Amino acid sequence: MITVSHLSKYFDGRPAVKDISVKYLPGQCSMIIGASGSGKTVLLKSIVGLLTPEEGEVMFGDTVFNRLPDEEKKKTRSRMGMLFQGSALFDFATAKENVMFPLEFFSNMSRREKSDRADFCLRRVGLEDIGNKYPSELSGGMQKRVGIARAIALNPQYLFCDEPNSGLDPQTSVMIDRLIQEITREYNITTVINTHDMNSVMEIGDKVVFIYKGEKCWEGSRHDILASDNRELEDFIFASGMARELKTLYGSGNPSRG
Amino acid sequence: MRQVFRKPERWRLLARQFFNETEKLVINSIPLIALISVFIGAVLVIQTANNMTSPLLPKMYIGYMARESLILEFCSTMVCLILAGKIGSNISSELGTMRITEQIDAMEMMGVNSANFLVMPKMMATTLFNPLLTLMSFIMGLLGGYLLIELTGMIKVSDYLTGLRFAFNGYYITYSLVKTAVFSFIISSVSAYYGYWAEGGSLGVGRSATKAIVVASALILIFNLILTRIML
Repeated sequence: MITVSHLSKYFDGRPAVKDISVKYLPGQCSMIIGASGSGKTVLLKSIVGLLTPEEGEVMFGDTVFNRLPDEEKKKTRSRMGMLFQGSALFDFATAKENVMFPLEFFSNMSRREKSDRADFCLRRVGLEDIGNKYPSELSGGMQKRVGIARAIALNPQYLFCDEPNSGLDPQTSVMIDRLIQEITREYNITTVINTHDMNSVMEIGDKVVFIYKGEKCWEGSRHDILASDNRELEDFIFASGMARELKTLYGSGNPSRG
Repeated sequence: MRQVFRKPERWRLLARQFFNETEKLVINSIPLIALISVFIGAVLVIQTANNMTSPLLPKMYIGYMARESLILEFCSTMVCLILAGKIGSNISSELGTMRITEQIDAMEMMGVNSANFLVMPKMMATTLFNPLLTLMSFIMGLLGGYLLIELTGMIKVSDYLTGLRFAFNGYYITYSLVKTAVFSFIISSVSAYYGYWAEGGSLGVGRSATKAIVVASALILIFNLILTRIML
């Protein structure tokens, strides 16, 4: 479980995220949603320690992560996996070498075992045949899947995804969403996903936190998000013409799926 | 800098990176440096010959002057200024691209000391092996002068070879190698710094590469003066 308590992060004295408290549970896909520039990525990077929050605590289990010394942080990080917005695959390595990279650093496996583990992870994301290709030779969707394979290589307890669907077509987006959900359930991972894609939220969002201007504005599940009367959340969800039309057709609540 | 020189997490991976960087930054620079050195050596011979019109001056001084110019200044300072452009932009743009595409964040996220893994092998490869480029440049420069004389008959080859051997001071080689090692350290550390902390998208990568080359070149000139004052 991840517990975030009263977390604030400032840039040049101005708050990017302010006084955010939230809990993320294992086996669930928890979504952070909000408009571009609302503070989602700052929140996610503050949770994983790529940014240092000025106030508040981030706890992984019983450990206050953001107060740990660097060496201890490193140990905790080996239990985390992260999928970055642009995949962040290493250009100098093939897909398989990318997946093997964390194993090279943090496992005592033999070369053969590492290779087998990388093959297994690539197979798990449906990419058994592209191990020898470089990231530049892969499509955006494939890069995301290799990113997921790399993130799960060390059997992480925590998985963080920053905009996993950005730049992908709707079908590939759904495939990536389902893959993340399957992996989350299969390995009982605590998964936190940063997105502004409402399709993803409705597809896999077990828990949803809406960030507005750096503050937590709403919290709930995908089942009650459409029925919410939160003004800012409504403006965000029904920003597109199609969403407004659907709302008019079907009313404000009671989504047919979920 | 402290992060760069920390004990590596895996020596085997560091060694692999070191050999990769040596190939990319040093071995791949051989053709460029060889080509420039041959032509500069030839030009030095022509310029020296044009300035030694007095019949009282022995022609062997052309070889002597070319040798001294090459070893004292060209093969270390000028070659490193050229390398500041080639290697500096390579290091800075590579690390800058890794920074803006979150590859460095991905390493940090895994708990890998990215500065140590990415920067230290580059600094080691250039500082240790660029002095060999200086030696090669010296030989190629002298060869350039020789080829010019052989092809044009400007002076006798025997005069040129006598000049090359005349009053040879081996300490100048040491001086040149030390300068190259220091300059290479400057090039790799400055360009790695600007690349590693690049921000502002692809324009930022370009800006960081330009800054890296300008700052490294300026530092090379300053340290050239300091080292020459200390060592000669």
